Amino acid sequence: MLNMSQKKPEKMIEDNGVRLDGRGPKDLRPIKIEVDVLSNADGSAYIEQGKNKILAAVYGPNEAHPKHLAIPDRALLRCRYHMAPFSVEERKSPAPSRREVELSKVITEALEPAVFVEYYPRTSIDTFIEVLQADGGTRCAAITVASLALADAGIPMRGLVAACAAGKVEGRLVLDLTDIEDKGGEADLPLAWMPNLNAITLLQMDGSLTTDEFEQVVNMAVEGCKQVYGLQKEALKAKYVAVKGEVEE
Amino acid sequence: MKSQIMIRVKRKRIAQLVSLGKRLDGRGPTDYREIQLEMGVVGRAEGSARVRLGKTEVMVGTKIELGEPFSDVPDQGVLTVNAELVPLASPTFEPGPPNEHSIELARVVDRGIRESKTIALEELCVEPGKKVFIVFIDVYVLNHDGNLIDASTLAALAALLNTKMSNYEVKEGEIELKPGYILLPVKNYPIAVTLAKINDNLIVDPWLEEEQVMDARITITTEKDGKICAVQKGGSGCFTTQQVLEAAKIAKEKAEELRKLLVKG
Repeated sequence: MLNMSQKKPEKMIEDNGVRLDGRGPKDLRPIKIEVDVLSNADGSAYIEQGKNKILAAVYGPNEAHPKHLAIPDRALLRCRYHMAPFSVEERKSPAPSRREVELSKVITEALEPAVFVEYYPRTSIDTFIEVLQADGGTRCAAITVASLALADAGIPMRGLVAACAAGKVEGRLVLDLTDIEDKGGEADLPLAWMPNLNAITLLQMDGSLTTDEFEQVVNMAVEGCKQVYGLQKEALKAKYVAVKGEVEE
Repeated sequence: MKSQIMIRVKRKRIAQLVSLGKRLDGRGPTDYREIQLEMGVVGRAEGSARVRLGKTEVMVGTKIELGEPFSDVPDQGVLTVNAELVPLASPTFEPGPPNEHSIELARVVDRGIRESKTIALEELCVEPGKKVFIVFIDVYVLNHDGNLIDASTLAALAALLNTKMSNYEVKEGEIELKPGYILLPVKNYPIAVTLAKINDNLIVDPWLEEEQVMDARITITTEKDGKICAVQKGGSGCFTTQQVLEAAKIAKEKAEELRKLLVKG
């Protein structure tokens, strides 16, 4: 077992701005993304962001079930965010919690602006997100990976959605909070960003921030999303480079 | 099917008006509907309030019970918020377990109250790790005409402000009731302000017709000192950074106005 049950330390950020995991205030955790990892799904992707490990799979567009949910002029986009019982310190019941229901809703709404849902009336596009290991910022990593799974499924999109949180810990504004920083910090603001539209598609916050801090944290999160976006593009391209290599052989 | 077509027709009209700074019901972009607030409407509840926001009507009751604390905060009381979208409130509400809409509503109300530390939960501890008071806030939507989040947050805060609990004494870990009541320790006044985005215009307090056609909404909850304690974006559209910051500014101003309804009463 990976020992993640660190007790809250006295100090989460050193005076010189170094965080518990050695990062500076504006650093992302190391991110590893892989596209097309599951054979049954129409599209899939996997992300590791720090200790987070998340899988996403897309099925669709399919005929919508149950039928009364079909929308006459567009596709029904559904996302299910779900955490594995072993993904957190204390076993999580596999039944969807209220938190997971809310996150499923906001994640769907974060991805919907990116998808040309009007191309597939009466169908459903289902995205399943499984958090295999969680360490703070899972909803953002989930959006990042789910948007790649949608792209991998060949769903027409206006662009990718990248997500990243920023917040305030021990008086400092920091990017990409871990679980300890989120729980012990003053504020956490998850944000999803669509570079192609220059727009925010998910925004939540809890904690306490002045209006000025709020502005800075939003801008910081957007900058984080831009970095994530670069990694997303690389991962998506890598898949096709691999295919090209196979063909040339 | 009928409603989908109606919504498209309405959207054109509403968007056109909003772009001119007008609204279907005659309000300006940052005007709230008329707000009526009654406190202590249900005698059986420890605290209660009814808020009418235009035709939207929400009742909130609080109950206080003894229970066990969470293991990670053994010395604090527990706050629980639940929301019921009662079927009598709208043709779109169905009986049954809470759906994503009622869960989101409850969680946004909860976030505003919890993050602003409105209830002094540390004062609700009877015996650390064993016995604490649990505050149940039950949001009951009685008529849905849009902007349930703001109406529910306001009603929840009003209900907390008149929540009375039995006076008690702790003797050797046992609770002994004493005559009289004490007020629930309420320390902050979080106010949620929701703005809808239609095309590129922001409007405060969307009513049902506006909610049906909006691109997205953003709720910003501010504390009594003007700090932001909770944010929630909803709907399948998006915002620019500028729009978010503009919304935060408007929300702070409107929250101060709404807070006066409670602080004077």
